[in-house]
Amino acid sequence: MSADTRYTGQEFKSVGTRPLRPDGIDKVTGRARFGADINLPGQLVGRILRSPHAHAAIRSIDTSKAEALPGVKAVITSADLPDLTDGNREMFDILDNCMARTHAYYDGHAVAAVAAVDAHTARQALKLIKVDYEVLPHVTDVDAAIAKGAPVLHKDCFTRGVEPKPRKASNIAYRSEFGHGDVDAGFAKADVIIERTFRTEQTHQGYIEPHACVASISPDGTGELWLCTQGHFVVRQHCAELLGLDVSKLRVTPTEIGGGFGGKTHVWAEPVALALSRKANRPVKLVMSRDEVFRASGPTSATSIDIRIGVTKKGRITAGDATLRYSSGPYLGMWAELGAMTSFACYDMKNVRTVGLEILVNRPKTTAYRAPSAPMAAFAVESMIDELAGRIGMDPLEMRILNAAKKGTRSSYGPVYGPIGIGPTLEAAREHPHMSAPLGKNQGRGMACGFWFNFGGQTCTDLNITPDGSVTLTVGTIDVGGARASLALVAAEELGIPYDQVRAVVGDTSSLGYNDMTDGSRGTFSSSMATIMSARNAITILRQRAARMWDIPVAKVIWEAGCAKAVGKKYDNLAPLTLAEIAAAAPKTGGPIAGHNELVADGAGVSFATHICDVEVDPETGRTQVVRYTVIQDAGKAVHPTYVEGQYQGGAAQGIGWALNEEYIYGEDGRLQNAGFLDYRIPVCSDLPMIDTQILEIPNPNHPYGIRGVGETSIVPPLAAIGNAVSNAFGVRMTHVPMSAPRILKALEEAARDASEVA
Amino acid sequence: MTQLVNTNINGDAVGFNCETDETLLDVLRNRVGLTGAKEGCGTGDCGACSVILDGTLVCACLVLGMEAEGRKVETVEGLSDGAELHPLQSKFIEHAALQCGICTPGFLMAAKALLKNNPDPTEEEIRYALAGNLCRCTGYDKIVRAVQATAAELRGG
Repeated sequence: MSADTRYTGQEFKSVGTRPLRPDGIDKVTGRARFGADINLPGQLVGRILRSPHAHAAIRSIDTSKAEALPGVKAVITSADLPDLTDGNREMFDILDNCMARTHAYYDGHAVAAVAAVDAHTARQALKLIKVDYEVLPHVTDVDAAIAKGAPVLHKDCFTRGVEPKPRKASNIAYRSEFGHGDVDAGFAKADVIIERTFRTEQTHQGYIEPHACVASISPDGTGELWLCTQGHFVVRQHCAELLGLDVSKLRVTPTEIGGGFGGKTHVWAEPVALALSRKANRPVKLVMSRDEVFRASGPTSATSIDIRIGVTKKGRITAGDATLRYSSGPYLGMWAELGAMTSFACYDMKNVRTVGLEILVNRPKTTAYRAPSAPMAAFAVESMIDELAGRIGMDPLEMRILNAAKKGTRSSYGPVYGPIGIGPTLEAAREHPHMSAPLGKNQGRGMACGFWFNFGGQTCTDLNITPDGSVTLTVGTIDVGGARASLALVAAEELGIPYDQVRAVVGDTSSLGYNDMTDGSRGTFSSSMATIMSARNAITILRQRAARMWDIPVAKVIWEAGCAKAVGKKYDNLAPLTLAEIAAAAPKTGGPIAGHNELVADGAGVSFATHICDVEVDPETGRTQVVRYTVIQDAGKAVHPTYVEGQYQGGAAQGIGWALNEEYIYGEDGRLQNAGFLDYRIPVCSDLPMIDTQILEIPNPNHPYGIRGVGETSIVPPLAAIGNAVSNAFGVRMTHVPMSAPRILKALEEAARDASEVA
Repeated sequence: MTQLVNTNINGDAVGFNCETDETLLDVLRNRVGLTGAKEGCGTGDCGACSVILDGTLVCACLVLGMEAEGRKVETVEGLSDGAELHPLQSKFIEHAALQCGICTPGFLMAAKALLKNNPDPTEEEIRYALAGNLCRCTGYDKIVRAVQATAAELRGG
């Protein structure tokens, strides 16, 4: 990439304003088309048969009765999705997860699928498929999975990242380690050391739209796929590889996406729908039920974290050490690794070591959930910071400020930071009126910090000047929360034209080059960078066309305020040419005008946040209500501040749900007991207060406008912020998330018992 | 067994054939071609399929298609008056009360039902009236503000 993407400190006209979003009208009138709203002529209904067992060998599958049922057009098993992965273990795991081969590894694992003329027939057909299972011992708990005698999921799983290679197979798939300095020497300098174990339970992204797709494969091997996803180019790649299609022959069109939060970064039912379509030779629509979404998409990890931190009497952290065990479902993931990288990222640590262990369990394959793996690690670290501050009699806010990482600090996971926002968010918290507001009875206030890396990645955009001078911006990153508005603002800014003159759309996989998915808070960061470069490329052409229209050297044409202007005394008499005028003349000056750009968006600036939270605990029931909540986060530059606020608020709400209510509950039989929104309770409107936000803007030096990703960090602090608030209200240290009413009540009762024993 | 059902949807007389086990949501989405109501759960827990049936807010996934016989169904597609948006629709866009938008049709219908019965709701009343509608994107802050702003505008005449 040769383009100069450095921050320039320019003044903005469009960026930073709050216009209406272009997709708003369709979304309030019911016109917007989501995954399940797509229908094709002649389409069949697809349904998936799923294992009722947490762990079982599949001896045989008899599909003959289902195939004989009138109206059934295709029945498939793993035999219809043969292994084409050629030794690529990651792709094999994706294939095996989409359709179980020799073993079912979790309750809900797909084992067969049907396509039929209607839903009723498809459901009937599923009942006629006979699967002969040999039920095997299972393990669903992250700690139990590494206990002596635990059933080992894969006989060929020898912990990677360990030298020499272990002699016995285990459920520890991978060990990662990060850090620097001398941890033992650091602890020797500490006046106070606290060591604790924290646990967090598995949660789901909880997007309201279940996974849905319509697949159509023609006999000539070309295919089309419509679906709700965070990354249609990745879906195309994975589906083409798994089905043995040429990548260019599979066209994937993303629909509007009804929430993803990381959960739609993966393929689940899509390869199955394509295989059904191929076999039936008709389009197949496959929509997951809510039960399937919970049982068989990709929730986040359950964790168990041992942590030890030492501080001096003056509050300086001398050493931190953590071992983080993250469940990754039946297949290797990178979740503990991300936890190990993020845990101490907020602080300037001279001596730090973190070890991540990826633990295999009989649960669905773990997938990303908003700042994946960071909230659990932050729960442990930020709870400990508060406790340590209490032990040395220091204000936890001041202790955080004392230890905060800053420009030049070597992060606990390796890189040296540029300008960052952890210090400024803490300073802003100190000044915030929330911090000094009075508390009521049974109320406590807590705070916590959070970090997320942010990603960049492969990106390209196409900016077309239409014949009337309005502009179409085609991007390849999925719009999950208002990105089309933000990117239109960026294009308007660069071109010097009104926002309303730009229409931003998300293109399908045939209309643009490869784009990485919308993850890592990269959508607006990376696509805005490519949009700026596309616009600048278009401006180069616009200047050339104006020069041709005027018949003057192009060096004498500048672009200013949406117009080409001739400079130099010689050309004073030339009136500026508007975009519309240049566009209208295009047929005679060289044809259509467009700007295109491809880049790897390097330099995504890291993101930090500080949250303040007040809770009220009912001491009789343990029920806890968040009564006030404030998010302070660095956005680099808020392109559309309203949608930045929305990201802050939404992430905080998800974190609050995680902290207080949400968890996967498995029975002794290894089956998920709460696969629905009634029993897996995400926050409802009456559970939450207004969520106040404060946007800080510490420019990212690696983006022309200073933009950083903003989407994820806000889910990181709430677990610890609420834990600290409960602790400050009642003096009990909560170490197990969710802090559901029974867990808080138990902690209160134990504290009361301890107190009475002391008395 | 398929039966003919005659009903009124958004002011239009509509007849459809449906199976006895099909829900009103199935019928709206698959037989009538109105996909504004969404299926988020199919069990009445998320409210994404909220519609108004004879003036009462219901989850369309919990009503059988057959039960719509002779009744009036209002869906999000009938909320605006032609090109003129309902104030709730305008305020939802203005206040950024939606991110992904999948829950929006349900929230709009639930908010409409609320404001019809209670033109001047408190924040708490709004929060409880909308507690049957799940939103995972917004944290509800901007939704509540949009409903408050709509209520104020409607009261102001």
